Amino acid sequence: MENIGIIIETDNGKIKETNFGMITLARDNKAETETELFAFVMDADVKVLKEDLESFGITKIVDISLAKEQQNNPVVRAKALINVIKEFNINTLFGLSTAMGKDLLPRIAAMLDAPLVMDCINVDLEQNFAKTSQYSGKTIATIKLSGDVLLFGIRPNTVAPVNIQIKTQTLAEMLKFDGEEFVSSSLRVVKSGETDKNININLAEADVIIAGGRGIQNRENFVILSQCAEKLNAAVGASRVAVDSGWVPYSMQVGQTGEKVSPKVYIACGISGSIQHFAGMKTSGIVIAINIDENAAIMSNCDYYVKADALNIILELTKLFNNG
Amino acid sequence: MQIYVCVKHVPDSAANITILDKSRIDENVTFLLNPYDEHAITEAVRIRDTFQESEVIAVCIGKDDAEKTIRSALAMGADRGLLVSSNDDHDSIETARVLKAAIERTGEPALIFTGKESIDAEGMQTMFRLGALFDFPVATNVIKIDVDETRAVIDSELSGGNVNTYELSLPCVVGAGRGLNTPKYPTFPDIVKSRKKTVKKFIFADLNIEPSKASMSIVELEPLKQARSPKEITGDASIVAQKILTILKEEAKVI
Ligand SMILES: Cc1cc2nc3c(=O)[nH]c(=O)nc-3n(C[C@H](O)[C@H](O)[C@H](O)COP(=O)(O)OP(=O)(O)OC[C@H]3O[C@@H](n4cnc5c(N)ncnc54)[C@H](O)[C@@H]3O)c2cc1C
Repeated sequence: MENIGIIIETDNGKIKETNFGMITLARDNKAETETELFAFVMDADVKVLKEDLESFGITKIVDISLAKEQQNNPVVRAKALINVIKEFNINTLFGLSTAMGKDLLPRIAAMLDAPLVMDCINVDLEQNFAKTSQYSGKTIATIKLSGDVLLFGIRPNTVAPVNIQIKTQTLAEMLKFDGEEFVSSSLRVVKSGETDKNININLAEADVIIAGGRGIQNRENFVILSQCAEKLNAAVGASRVAVDSGWVPYSMQVGQTGEKVSPKVYIACGISGSIQHFAGMKTSGIVIAINIDENAAIMSNCDYYVKADALNIILELTKLFNNG
Repeated sequence: MQIYVCVKHVPDSAANITILDKSRIDENVTFLLNPYDEHAITEAVRIRDTFQESEVIAVCIGKDDAEKTIRSALAMGADRGLLVSSNDDHDSIETARVLKAAIERTGEPALIFTGKESIDAEGMQTMFRLGALFDFPVATNVIKIDVDETRAVIDSELSGGNVNTYELSLPCVVGAGRGLNTPKYPTFPDIVKSRKKTVKKFIFADLNIEPSKASMSIVELEPLKQARSPKEITGDASIVAQKILTILKEEAKVI
């Protein structure tokens, strides 16, 4: 029998939207009907999440409690999850390839000496294949995983979430796992990053990204992008030139040496479309390029292009929202 | 103290990648030191200079040609190099075992650096596997590190510009992120000086690597197809904005 475990990421007690795509991918992959879909919850009240999880086909919810002072420690989290994997005979573990996942999934894989593919854009559990990008996003590799437990880090937003029909929903069984005993002596958390409200929405998880490059020219103009982004509930990204010029922090960089993103819509403003920039946003849904130069590489590698000054267009877009 | 830096010989990010036999790339392109490893070397050299009697050792597993990447690391300030020569591709499970074997045969590490990922395989996990094999603590995407005799205090960057600060006991493994420093590229005299530095070679088969039950293997490699066919949006700024809004609403359904 197959048991798939899914690490649920929450934000202020709520399930982050991107989890539902990951659950959908796991559910679509289960071969036998008796496959159980476990949700592992570490940071939230499971009762609040129950209905949402059930509506996507989760059949068992495990509430993992950790000692309060250990909750932010990735080693403790990894140890607890390894014990959960053993206790519930999990053969496949899914987690998101987010900042948190990048610090957690490889720890689990390493401690278990188990295979892991990060940043998966698709998974086939019948053959134990994962698809991920390699060579700066220029190729897609299909990787076969072999081992007792297989781990998959799923790139946020690559699979559209689909509910299951009400009549096929079942009540999820609620389980508890006590992980209070786990400690880490060699890695101690000195300070845990609070979500900085200024950096608005998490780049990797945003549905819409407005990104600026050299064509945005300065820090003040990036504020104009932020204002528009706020209206659209979008995140702001940047090219390396914008970061290296000191207009925006490195955490906003999209590309091969920045964040890899797959939003539904990527609006590239004053970005030429270098190979390295594409490496980070190739898998986006709709790409809209705004550039004064119609010969810029991005203009022939997008879904829509506008030959215009990017700021003018962005200002107009913001205006549309201000007018309701 | 000994500081090891694991470096990888990777295709230049600007290179055109051609796929052969649907499973590997045409290696007839420029290979370079993995960009994140440049940050690792620069930091290792900085730390070495603050401790007496310490050295930086660059370790690489690859074909003989990978010696070039070790030479780049030496020119950037590493003291000597270790090359495990192997003509095969190794997954990160095996790579970590190989790195450990080469390091163990050389000395006792206080710090081991890697880059936070390699730009070819993009696996993001070798540092954790190396740490688990040695039973050393690990942090990745490190953008700041302070080291004393017994511990390292590091900032690990999360997305959105947030950081977690961890204290790791030494020895430890650190995955360098881009925010760590500005790489110090070599001057011509640095390059000349580095030619005298030694690179010790190991043969993969001599390391008697114990295999794992687990593995990851590439079954197919395909180019990422760009099926986009660009359509122009025309009109004055307000009309264009209107049209973009319609796309967001009706086509992408994000508002
Ligand atoms: C190892 C390595 C890693 C790298 N990693 C990354 C990475 O992760 N991310 C990344 O982005 N880059 C990366 N780069 C850099 C990359 O090669 C390019 O230099 C960079 O992406 C270019 O940024 P840009 O498009 O903003 O600037 P440019 O290439 O200078 O393009 C600016 C564009 O703005 C347009 N423009 C000017 N004014 C306006 C206006 N008013 N309105 C509209 N358009 C205007 C211009 O026509 C031009 O097309 C990397 C490079 C290397 C070597």
